[in-house]
Amino acid sequence: MPKPIRPDSVQITIDGEPRTIEAGTTVAVAIAVAGLPGRTSVSGQPRGPLCAMGICFECRATVNGIAHRRTCQIVCEPGMDILTQ
Amino acid sequence: MTQHFQTLVVGSGPAGIAAATVAAEYGSRVGLIDDNPDIGGQIWRAQRGKSGPDISHGGGAERWSKRLFASSVTRLQGWSVFDQPSPYTLRAERQNIAADFSYDQLILATGARERFLPFPGWTLPNVMGVGAIQAMVKGGLPVQGKRIVVAGSGPLLLAVAAALRAAGAVVVCIAEQASIKSLTPFALSLVRDPAKILQGLRYRASTFGVPFHTGSWPVAATGKDRISSVTLSIHGSLQEIPCDYLACGFHLVSNIELASMLGCRIDQGIVAVDELQRTSIPGIFCAGEPTGIGGLEKSLLEGEIAGLASAGHPEKTRSLITQHQAAARFAVKLDHAFALRPELKNLSQNDTIVCRCEDVSFAALQGHTSWRSAKLHTRCGMGPCQGRICGSATEVLFGWNASSVRPPVLPSLISSLISPTDGNPSSLQKAK
Amino acid sequence: MIRTCDVAILGCGIVGSACALECARAGMSVIVIEQDTPGSGATAAGMGHIVVMDDSPAQFALTSYSQMLWRQLSPELPANVEYHACGTIWVAADDEELAEAHRKQTYYTTRGLPAEMLDSAQLREAEPNLNPSLAGGLRVLSDAVLYSPSAAAYFMQQAQQCSARLLYGRCVQASHGEVRLEDGTTLHAKIIINATGALSPDLTPGILVKKRKGHLIITDRYPGFLNHQLVELGYLKSAHSTIGDSVAFNVQPRKTGQLLIGSSRQYDAEDSGVDHAIIASMIERAALYMPKLPSLSALRIWSGFRAATPDKLPLIGPTEDPTVFLATGHEGLGITTSLATARLLLDHLLKRPSAIPLAPYLPSRVAAGVAHA
Repeated sequence: MPKPIRPDSVQITIDGEPRTIEAGTTVAVAIAVAGLPGRTSVSGQPRGPLCAMGICFECRATVNGIAHRRTCQIVCEPGMDILTQ
Repeated sequence: MTQHFQTLVVGSGPAGIAAATVAAEYGSRVGLIDDNPDIGGQIWRAQRGKSGPDISHGGGAERWSKRLFASSVTRLQGWSVFDQPSPYTLRAERQNIAADFSYDQLILATGARERFLPFPGWTLPNVMGVGAIQAMVKGGLPVQGKRIVVAGSGPLLLAVAAALRAAGAVVVCIAEQASIKSLTPFALSLVRDPAKILQGLRYRASTFGVPFHTGSWPVAATGKDRISSVTLSIHGSLQEIPCDYLACGFHLVSNIELASMLGCRIDQGIVAVDELQRTSIPGIFCAGEPTGIGGLEKSLLEGEIAGLASAGHPEKTRSLITQHQAAARFAVKLDHAFALRPELKNLSQNDTIVCRCEDVSFAALQGHTSWRSAKLHTRCGMGPCQGRICGSATEVLFGWNASSVRPPVLPSLISSLISPTDGNPSSLQKAK
Repeated sequence: MIRTCDVAILGCGIVGSACALECARAGMSVIVIEQDTPGSGATAAGMGHIVVMDDSPAQFALTSYSQMLWRQLSPELPANVEYHACGTIWVAADDEELAEAHRKQTYYTTRGLPAEMLDSAQLREAEPNLNPSLAGGLRVLSDAVLYSPSAAAYFMQQAQQCSARLLYGRCVQASHGEVRLEDGTTLHAKIIINATGALSPDLTPGILVKKRKGHLIITDRYPGFLNHQLVELGYLKSAHSTIGDSVAFNVQPRKTGQLLIGSSRQYDAEDSGVDHAIIASMIERAALYMPKLPSLSALRIWSGFRAATPDKLPLIGPTEDPTVFLATGHEGLGITTSLATARLLLDHLLKRPSAIPLAPYLPSRVAAGVAHA
């Protein structure tokens, strides 16, 4: 039987996997909590957020089809589709 | 359709909040624009799930946010300012919508960012800034039981270590690069200020039992897909410390890019202003960290002064200006106390990445004599951070001056460069 | 301080550095003077597009010869030059432009340059992100793109292997075998080559080179969005005109997956600031051809100054001063024709036959009012 979803949680997908996230969580944190590195650098290294304030772009991911978005500045919204880059 | 304000304030950290609130209280029609999801900037960043700035630090956050919410300021959160398409108009982007905001007076309160210096392994996931880890925790990152080393330089280290502890993390140690010799006069000067004593005691209590090493800095971070340990140089000897996170930042760098693009005079990396916070461009003011890193008090005072001056009440700034002088002196002490030691320039090895956007190594940068030469020939600074991270690092490493700011001052959609794409931004908030 | 050399080259852009390499390899002692860093002027500002153009027989001759030289050189170019033989597609918006594409195809193929016509469906297949209502295009696969500042730096490094020297400084005077720099350094040279692009009239007064401002936008990385360099057939109208402001659709895929978007042309625009109206106009035009372009992220916008001449051909060869030679005025074809410029100039200096006639590009043609169309 599926677990009841708390009203203060949000359903999103990260790289195709559905995730339940506490309301108010940023997408960058949601990706980190999912255990994913966040992004792969141009030479193939795993990266995670560095500045967490919208400047370094290490947290960038494709959100709802738009690439290169700074996920540390985005709060998870219901149905959000996130693809790590 | 362009929204017009008599006073437009860019940045809703303490300086911007103070400026906007005061200008509105004195009758200006004020807009307060910021690219974060909520007001508060960095130091007053809201806790996840709570609206409004973080009041746990004290320092006036509660008082100021109440005043702001009671005022007529139009709050525009989530808007990233990137261009000035015509005089007295700024263009900003929110998700995939662009809008123009016109103004009679402009107050720039764009704050500061952390300075990052490269060292082997600094690009591993879970190595991040000091303010950064606090922002992540406030954004919901669970750190209960996690081992965290806090390193780098500046008063932020202690403040964040305390916050991490409060969130249940195991703060293994704090490594401050400044020596006890340079810190002591600074610490003593804090003693004269009751507010600062209280704050200091609060941090001391929160970090009781956490080793605080001075004259110490990270030498390497190791791990496979994320950090598993950090090697610190502690009073000259190396110590490898297993950890889940390394929070490392070396003081702050003023965010002067927007001011620079607008043509404001910049002196040695900060925006030049007079005692009324006026920049070299008539009608443009600047308040807070962009005029010099000086902390909360300086930011609040400068915000108030700019707000009053822009609203046409410079005569009301006299006592503020006097207080400001004291705050400015504190800023100078701060600068001296936490000055970066030369060893930090030599932490990189040949294959240490300096430009993270383009993966440009320390070795590739050798031999270039200017930022422009390095950028053109190695791609350093050509990525989306537009040189904010690597530029501030190479300034310390090589003495280069990363200059010439053109629009877009932050990456923006091409559609946003043409014209406002939806003239009526839907989520304007006047008051909650 | 006084130095002596056979050849003093002013400017280490793509043209100057190519000249340095030719001269140094021919055994001449070479000093190159550069005021900033190699490839930092128009070389850095422009698109690194190696393209054959048929605005005139002389232009075709120069660009096709030089394109061949680039192809021969390409295997030795280092990775950071990002040489990418992606080809050009000249895009036809309607039947009139398609007819022009046919004419162009005939012109190219009868001169030995392969060029294939693409109908609307074939164009869509070659470039899925182009507006499907376009009529078709002409694909020229021998065209290429590269990252020009690295090419200039590479040529200079290779020249230095042959004992050429690079001097950083600003030239204030260059005539009668003497070059003087701002810091007082003096060079005595048998030959002075002025390769300073838009600034060349400052050092050789009276030559008919005008600044022609251009803008470019570079996007973030979108691998696979674009395969060829795309140029609208209307581009020639823009490059043709000798007055006023114009924009034309011109977009390049970089090896990084970034897109370089242009192009604009303005006379009498002396400041290097970003012109918002021109940018908007340029993007609007580009969006007609590639409707998804506006949804991409722009990282930077910049401007630069091409060196334009009255007849759209460069100035290559001697001046009235027997020691001063020009290698300038390349407008939007500096990258393409840099190699041929250097080769032709050296042929002239060494009095040896050249692969194509130098006459159409001689500086004296402009002074004498002689036009080679």
